[in-house]
Amino acid sequence: MVASAALAEIDAHRAAGAALDIEQVSHAFDIDGAELPVLSEVSISVEPGEFVALLGPSGCGKSTLLRLVAGLDKPRSGTLREDEVRITRPHPSRVVVFQDPTLFPWRTVWDNVALGLEAQGILKSQRHRVDAALDLVGLSDFRTAYPHQLSGGMAQRVALARALVNDPKILILDEPLGKLDSLTRITMQAELVSLWQRKGFTTLLVTHDAEEALVLANRVIVFSDRPARVKADIRVDRPYPRHRGDPYLADLRRQILGLLGLDATW
Amino acid sequence: MSTYSLSDGLASGAPRLSRAPLLGSWVRESGIGILASVAWIAFGLCCLWWEDVGDWSRTHSLGIAAFVIAAVALFGTVGADYLGPAGRALRQRAPWLVVLGVFLTLWEVATAKFAWLPLPFFPPPQSIIEVYTDDLPKLLDSVFASVKLQLGGYLIGATVGFLTGVSIGWSRAVGYWVHPVLRFIGPLPATAWLPIAFFTFPSSWSASTFLIALATGFPVTVLTWSGVASVSNAYYDVARTLGAKPSFLVLKVAIPAALPHVFVGLFMGLGSSFAVLVVAEMIGVKAGLGWYLQWAQGWAAYANMYAALIVMSLLCSGAITLLFSIRDRLLVWQKGTVKW
Repeated sequence: MVASAALAEIDAHRAAGAALDIEQVSHAFDIDGAELPVLSEVSISVEPGEFVALLGPSGCGKSTLLRLVAGLDKPRSGTLREDEVRITRPHPSRVVVFQDPTLFPWRTVWDNVALGLEAQGILKSQRHRVDAALDLVGLSDFRTAYPHQLSGGMAQRVALARALVNDPKILILDEPLGKLDSLTRITMQAELVSLWQRKGFTTLLVTHDAEEALVLANRVIVFSDRPARVKADIRVDRPYPRHRGDPYLADLRRQILGLLGLDATW
Repeated sequence: MSTYSLSDGLASGAPRLSRAPLLGSWVRESGIGILASVAWIAFGLCCLWWEDVGDWSRTHSLGIAAFVIAAVALFGTVGADYLGPAGRALRQRAPWLVVLGVFLTLWEVATAKFAWLPLPFFPPPQSIIEVYTDDLPKLLDSVFASVKLQLGGYLIGATVGFLTGVSIGWSRAVGYWVHPVLRFIGPLPATAWLPIAFFTFPSSWSASTFLIALATGFPVTVLTWSGVASVSNAYYDVARTLGAKPSFLVLKVAIPAALPHVFVGLFMGLGSSFAVLVVAEMIGVKAGLGWYLQWAQGWAAYANMYAALIVMSLLCSGAITLLFSIRDRLLVWQKGTVKW
């Protein structure tokens, strides 16, 4: 049976992240016939269960890289591999949370979270996973609400639940907290870390906020301006939960901002 | 789009304020009801007081009915507090009852009593009532014929239009072939096909069904298509990363996202199909309200025409109400939809 096979597959990857290999990936867009290079020979190797933050000037191509990892677009050259398997198309083991929650407005919160299981045809036997995912983000009371009734932070939490219900091996976060107010943002950063620690998935986070990268990730990759190249690969060996005021992190932050060309202001 | 309903606008201000003494607020709350009752009593008295200038059999009953309505208006609004939601609803509509009563009184006086308006063309209210009581079977037959024809044609047109719209919006190949045909044929008024349709189709019924379907299909197709085409790519990206196959993308993403547009198309299609229905019935089909209108004109039975027009307007309005309530059920997730 297809359903049980898919289920077995999901269970097999439970609690474990996948390795991700990005090898010599270059990509470009055609804009009115002119070639606009956005990624230039990017190579990154991510260990299973790592939390990697991708940091770079806005418009440098970080989000493009995420789309390639998700399998939504194909690179012009180079290869991407998930656990040694080449990425050619989207797969629920690599789920993206976008900057906008992009919840389906015609579905209730519960139905939005159920989307992945429904698309894979395994919802009927797996309904409890939807409830569990809603519990995980603390929105069980809002299961019958429609997206327009939610606040920005709640909507983004639903989007997170919609991703997590698939038990992804790689969670791809494209500035998911970028549009939230600073208080909600700090709360959700803590939630992200604890989810990641509990579930053990590999996480890729695109952000333009150096502090956010340092509080969350155990590796920060700094990109150059477009076309993006890897400028620095920084390990952040600090235990969680991390303190924003940690002098070690403050020092790293200064370094990173320097790499991004902001020394003068700091 | 703004939400606006007549009864809200008229009645919300007055009854809520309560800074005046008890008597004052009672007059304010029930005053319009009393006024309505006076208007309807005036209408009833007009019916019974003067002799009719013509020979109409329902004048007396109409007068009695007017008194009954006056009584309901009076006790309903004065005692609204004891009648629950029904009382509140009546009180809210009381201004309309006043206007209706005044209008009917003027109409009665200007036609049946003094014939200020030329008579065969402007029949009094009682002669329209007479049509409903005495010509009911024929009128009902016409209603059923119209509803049957309209429903068949509309459902076919809406279904075909919806499927075509989704296909054009989704598939480039279908769009390539269907779009030019749509552009060429669609804007043509469906009634222009009438002469050809009545020749080429085996029966006038099938010809009219085709024309109604055509009139419905065009707006439904265009708006479904534009709805599907305007679905944000972000929705597809989300669904694809969650493992959605193309069929899921069409059925569970494109179509629900396009539904608000589809309903605009269904609404426009309904309007233009009414027009085709009436014309088709007047010209080719020997049944239905359009035919009844034509027949009544042939006999110079003007009261029958007004009676049929009133029924027709109730039916069309009812059809639109039905469509809107289906929409409201399906699109509960939308904020701020127009109240019909």
